[in-house]
Parts: sequence; structure tokens; C-alpha cells
Amino acid sequence: MQTEVVFAGFGGQGVMLAGKILAETGMGLGKEVVWLPSYGPEMRGGTANCTVIIADEPIASPIVVHQRDSVVMNRPSLEKFVPKMRAQGYAIVNTSLIQVKSERDDITVVDVPANKIAIAAGTGKAANMVMLGAYVGATGIVPFDALLEQAKHVFQKKPKSIPVNVKCLKEGYKLGQAKGK
Amino acid sequence: MAKVLMKGNEAIGEAGIRARGLCYFCYPITPQSEVAEYLSKRMPEAGGVFLQGESEVAVSNMLYGAAGAGVRCWTSSSGPGISLMMEALAYIAAAELPVVIVNIVRCGPGLGGILPSQSDYRQAVKGGGHGDYQCLVYAPASVQEAVDLMPLAFDRAERYRNPVLIIGDGMIGQMMEPVEFKEHKFPPLPPKDWATTGCKGRKPNVVNSLYLDPYAEEKLNLRMVAKYEKMKKEEVRCEEYNTDKPYQALLVAYGTTARICRTAIHKLGEEGIHVALLRPITLFPFPRQRIYELAQKVDWVMSVEMSTGQMVEDVELSVRCEKPVHFFGRTGGVVPAPEEVVEAVKKQLGAGKGGQA
Amino acid sequence: MKTIFKRPEALAETPTHYCPGCTHGVAHRLIAEVLDELGLRERTVGIVPVGCSVLAFNYFNFDCQEASHGRAPAVATGIKRGRPDLIVFTYQGDGDLASIGMAEIVHAANRGEKFTAVFINNAVYGMTGGQMAPTTMPGQVTTTCPAGRDVEQVGYPIRMCELLASLRTPGFVERVAVHQPKYIIKAKRALKKAFQYQADNRCFSFVECLSTCPTNWGLTPLKAVQWVDETMIPYYPVKNFKSPETEGEGDAD
Ligand SMILES: Cc1ncc(C[n+]2csc(CCOP(=O)(O)OP(=O)(O)O)c2C)c(N)n1
Ligand code: SF4
Repeated sequence: MQTEVVFAGFGGQGVMLAGKILAETGMGLGKEVVWLPSYGPEMRGGTANCTVIIADEPIASPIVVHQRDSVVMNRPSLEKFVPKMRAQGYAIVNTSLIQVKSERDDITVVDVPANKIAIAAGTGKAANMVMLGAYVGATGIVPFDALLEQAKHVFQKKPKSIPVNVKCLKEGYKLGQAKGK
Repeated sequence: MAKVLMKGNEAIGEAGIRARGLCYFCYPITPQSEVAEYLSKRMPEAGGVFLQGESEVAVSNMLYGAAGAGVRCWTSSSGPGISLMMEALAYIAAAELPVVIVNIVRCGPGLGGILPSQSDYRQAVKGGGHGDYQCLVYAPASVQEAVDLMPLAFDRAERYRNPVLIIGDGMIGQMMEPVEFKEHKFPPLPPKDWATTGCKGRKPNVVNSLYLDPYAEEKLNLRMVAKYEKMKKEEVRCEEYNTDKPYQALLVAYGTTARICRTAIHKLGEEGIHVALLRPITLFPFPRQRIYELAQKVDWVMSVEMSTGQMVEDVELSVRCEKPVHFFGRTGGVVPAPEEVVEAVKKQLGAGKGGQA
Repeated sequence: MKTIFKRPEALAETPTHYCPGCTHGVAHRLIAEVLDELGLRERTVGIVPVGCSVLAFNYFNFDCQEASHGRAPAVATGIKRGRPDLIVFTYQGDGDLASIGMAEIVHAANRGEKFTAVFINNAVYGMTGGQMAPTTMPGQVTTTCPAGRDVEQVGYPIRMCELLASLRTPGFVERVAVHQPKYIIKAKRALKKAFQYQADNRCFSFVECLSTCPTNWGLTPLKAVQWVDETMIPYYPVKNFKSPETEGEGDAD
């Protein structure tokens, strides 16, 4: 089994970190993982994305054209990545910033007002964790406990930020679980 | 040791330290600056030397100096910077100095772009600098392999007294994969009794590449050739995929491109088309003999590259032009998708059938 | 109605890609205004460097050549020797000019090549993500000196104006700043002089512009301006170092 997910948004929305935490969680579970960033000429404030692949077998191509899932935090990301998804995939859409709807009816769309939830939890900066939680809730790609542990580990350097990030992951997870499988 | 998720560039930096490559000179260039950034923190902790030079010209001559004095040293850079190192590389090869140079290849020529590419194949394998010399060239296909090749590169550089290049495309530098830093054991190395370490108790040593006497120069050239011949016998490394079953076509690809080919082969397999892959791990020496043998079972071979077709010439030589060697590649920083490789293979298979009819 | 503010003809309409609070754009504009005012646009060739301003040929509305990293003064020399009637300037960052291109700029200045070099000193490598430059301030943290620039290990920041002014060959050498209006007016005056000397076929001219890089300094644009005032200007005095009139005395005071 191999699952690919693209995390995409504005630079600064924390999509790279969200992807990294997922990849590390997968690795901790003994899975094969790849985290591949988009890297391009210095376009600060532009779009950022990374692809995370989690698999049971060694991963061949780190490049995927048609990923199964997408976590999109802004509209350009939705427009760019959702059309490329394979059928039956999951799209987690940040409805705080994306007002349009995807026209696809062959995928599961999970609407998440990530910024709203994160602001209510304490900081808009943790919207990426709401999205990550929702993704794991909807797909069950990794056990939520493992994700929480990994996130806590990553935020260890800034212990003060742990509670709000954990809260956001949990809120997201609940939403994802309800709307996903 | 437990696995850690690391970016290729940082993992290469760490692997360099663990291979006791404790003297590192650099000049920033995308997409490999993270090696330098990582080592600017780690090297002082490890008690090694980290120095950012004023240019790649300077950096490569710092390597010449340090290696000449018997110090295990290395650098990393990318296309435009590697080009500037070519002068010193020719001197390093001629003075028979062990140096490791990592090239995280970006697309070119000229300033080009910073996206992944394999367009420095010829520069690495066929020379780049002037004169009769060769580098031992490794091409990792994963972060783990890059990490494993670092200690081997240092060992072989010192064993052969020859520069060693590690060629990774931009993706190897930028992607994160789980890595494990294993212990690597090698037989003892010959003493560096040629190094300029101070002549106390011995005759003075000279690190030099000037030979005005043609017979002396020829002698050096032939001695170097003997090393290259030995490398061809003993250092060839490659990996095979699907060659243990019957196959209709043979692909040759290295680095990330080989992984893309594996996915393509898997997809082709689902359609009942059986294709095999040979992945050179050493680009020099090139796995010629093995490619020749594997090519016996097919009508044609295809070289798949992130360039306009550079390795394809070596594949042709490997099959001794007895079979057609086709090429598929994307370039300019465009990474070929597995689906494109699938199409290219199918097209060629179709063309073959058409030809027979 | 009188137009009091318009885009100089020498500046293209393309929006720049520079970060908020970056002064590359200010320097571009000043060069463009000066070339327009001196009527030189149509015979100007700009040499753009490898650095954040690598795409400056899109922002200027005159002929440009892209040089390899640090070599702009050699490229300019080639043009100027072959076509002395052209107005040639290089536009170079501090990594480009003071690190990898040190040999080229010193020799061009020493030969008295009659082109103009505009030197953007922002104390850091911008484009590649904030590594140490030869102009990085003592103690300043960058991605390749995470503990701050250690002058014991890598020396003190290079003062290019002082270095070039020490050459015997006559030239025009001045340091300006482009981070605040009061400095910008003076900067424009210096650039105008520099191009005038070139147009008069007098001498090599060099204008160093103290600039900001809020992104890699990790400062807000406002704080970055303050940093130029408080950290850079005391070390890099803003003044004229040399004019052809002083006839190569090389007095750096
Ligand atoms: C030979 C070579 N080495 C390294 C690079 C990578 N590189 C691109 S821009 C740059 C330095 C940019 O810094 P600076 O000149 O200070 O200009 P800024 O970006 O700050 O405006 C470097 C090292 C290159 N393109 N070519
Ligand atoms: S990185 Fe620095 S120099 Fe480059 S555009 Fe941004 S602020 Fe300007």
C-alpha cells in the first residue's frame, strides 16, 4: 500500500512542517516515507507545497503526478492540486480561506475552517495543525496517538506552543473523523 | 541506531562528519547550501574545520592544499560552482590527491535554474578539467544511499589517491527520507607518506603536477591509467531490478531517475509488459559488461535521464552498438513522470512491432 | 497640469519580485532616473549579477547582459573596451562583488576602466538564503555563521570603498545609503556624478549603496532601516572617498 498526499498553501502557513510531522509519524511506525518539497527560485510569500509518501514497501519514484490525497490551505493550491488527485482520494480544504468548491464528485472532500478553529484555540498560526489533524481523522493513515506524540516531540523546543497545537490537532481530528470514513 | 528523517543535504553533511571528513570548505549555492549550513553548526561540535571560502575557485584550491598536507577534506556545490572547481580538479587529479566533491546537480548550462537535473554527467564522467584524468563517480538514488556512499568515497579517494565525485540530482539534496548512519569498516589505508607534513626525518615531499620532461609526464599518465583500469575491475557498482524474470526491454537510469523508472516498470508490469532496469551506482567506472550481458535478451535498450542524453553514449558503448539504444529524457529542471516513461517504452515496443510486420 | 511623479523611462513596467522592505528597488529606480536625466538610456548596457537582482534585466528598460557570479566587471570591461561609446554599468551584490568577484572589481578599478559599478551592500547573501558575506557585521548571525560572525576566524567586514580608494589610479568612489529619504537624495547625486564621469570618459566610478535585506536579517522592514543606521553606517561611513580631482592620492579619510 502506498499513499501520497500533497500539503499546499501560502509560504508561512506551515504546510512543510505539517507534512514533515506526518512523515516522521509514519517513519516512527516503521513505514517507508518520503518528504519532497517544492523548491524554486526565491519566491517568498508565494505558494509552498510538499509531497509526503507513506508506504509499506520501499518507495520507488518520489515524484507523483496523481497523488491520492490533498491538504489545501489556500485557493491557488486547491485549483492546482485537487484536479490532479486520483479518484477515491481525500481532499482536506481550508474553508476559512477557500470559498470555492471543487467540482470533483469522485473524491471525499472534508471542509475545515482551519483558521477559524485555530484562532479560537489561541493562534491562527496553528491552522496547519487543524488541517493535519483533519487529514489523519479522515483517512486514518496513521494512528492519531502516534501523530500527537510526534507533534509534541517536534514542538518540544517551544513548550509553550504545545497545548494550542495539540488542541488544534484534536479539533481537526474530530472534524475529519466525522466527515471521513 | 534508530532511523532519522533527514533532508538529503543535511544527511550528506552528517555522513561526511561520521566518515571523518572533518575538513570542509564551501561556497553557498542552491540547491545544496544546506550542507554548508548544517556543517557550520555541526563541524565546530565535531572539532572539525568549516570554512566558507571567497569562491569555488578558492574552495577547490583549499582542498588541493589540505589534501596535499594529508588532511581528509571535502566540499559540496552545484553546477556553476563545480565548473569553477574544474581547474583545481585537474591539478588534484594530477597530483594524485584524495578529495571528495559532492555535486547536487541543477539544470544548466550557464546559470540555468536550481531544479533537479542530471546534465553534469559528461562533466563528471568525461573530464571537465583539462588533461588525461578520470574521477571515480558515485550516483546515489536515495538519501540513505548518499549517506552510505560518503564513507566509501573517502576510503576510495585515499586508497586510489584520486578525486571522487558524488553526483546527486537536486531531489537527493532536497528530499527527506529516513536514514540510518551505519558503521562502515574498511581495510587499513596505505600511509600518506607523500603528503607535505614537514620533512622531519625524511626526504622532502613535493605536491606537484608540473612535468616538463615528456617521458616523466607520460609515466604519470600511465600510472594514472593503471589506477583507472583497476577501478574498472574492482569498483563497478550497479543495481538490477526485474532482471531475474523474462523481460522485453531494458532501461538504464541512475539516481532519482532510476526510481522513477522502477515505478514505470511496475505500472508496465500491471499491463503485462515486462521491463528490466539496470541502475549504475558508479558512473565511472561504468557497468559496461553487465549492461552488455543484460542487453543480450532484448531487442533494444533505453537510457532514461534528466538531460538531453549524455549517459546514452556510454550505454551505446556498453552494448557495443550491437543493439539500438534509445533515449528518453526531460531536462531544464523538468522531472520525468513515471507515466511518461511508460509511454516512451510502449511507443518503442509498438515501433518495434511495426518494424517487424 | 504638471506631473511630479512618474516612472522613469529607463525603468520597465514589470513589478519586481523583491521582498517587502528590500531596497534593491530603490537603487534600480535611482539608476533609471539618473540615466533618463543624463539622456543616456539608449546607449546604456547594464550588467546584472547573480544575486537577488539576477532578474534586474526585466526591471530596466535598456540593454542588459547577465554575467556569471562575480564577473560583471570583466564583462563590463569587454564591452567598454570594444565599444567605448556605450555607457556601461555593473550592478552587484556584496557576495558577488566583494567575495567571488573581488579580483575582477579590483583589477577593473586599477586599470581605470571607464564604467560605473553600483555595489549593493546588504551585509548578507540574499538570494541563496542568508549566508555570511564578506560584508557581514561582526557578531551578525547568518545561516553559515550561526553563532555570529567571528572576526578571529573570518576577519572583519571588508570596506570596499576604502579598499578601492587606496588604488593609485584615479577614480570616483563614494558610499551612500538607500534606506531613508535623506540618504536617497544624496545617493542619487552620487550616482549622477558617477555616470557623468563615465559619459565624460573621465574615470572608473564606484558607488556603494548600503541596503537592507529584512528577510535574511530576520527583521521587519522598519527594524531593518534602524539596523542600517545603528550597525552599518558607523562601520561603513557614508561619504565620498575619492574623485578624479584628488588625482589618485588614495586618501581614505
Ligand atoms: C559560481 C557560483 N557560485 C555560487 C552561486 C550561487 N549564488 C547565487 S546568488 C549568490 C550570492 C548572492 O548574494 P549577493 O551577491 O550578496 O546578492 P544579494 O542576493 O544579497 O542581492 C550565490 C552565492 C552561483 N550562482 N554561481
Ligand atoms: S532576500 Fe533580501 S536582498 Fe533578496 S529580495 Fe529579499 S530582502 Fe531583498
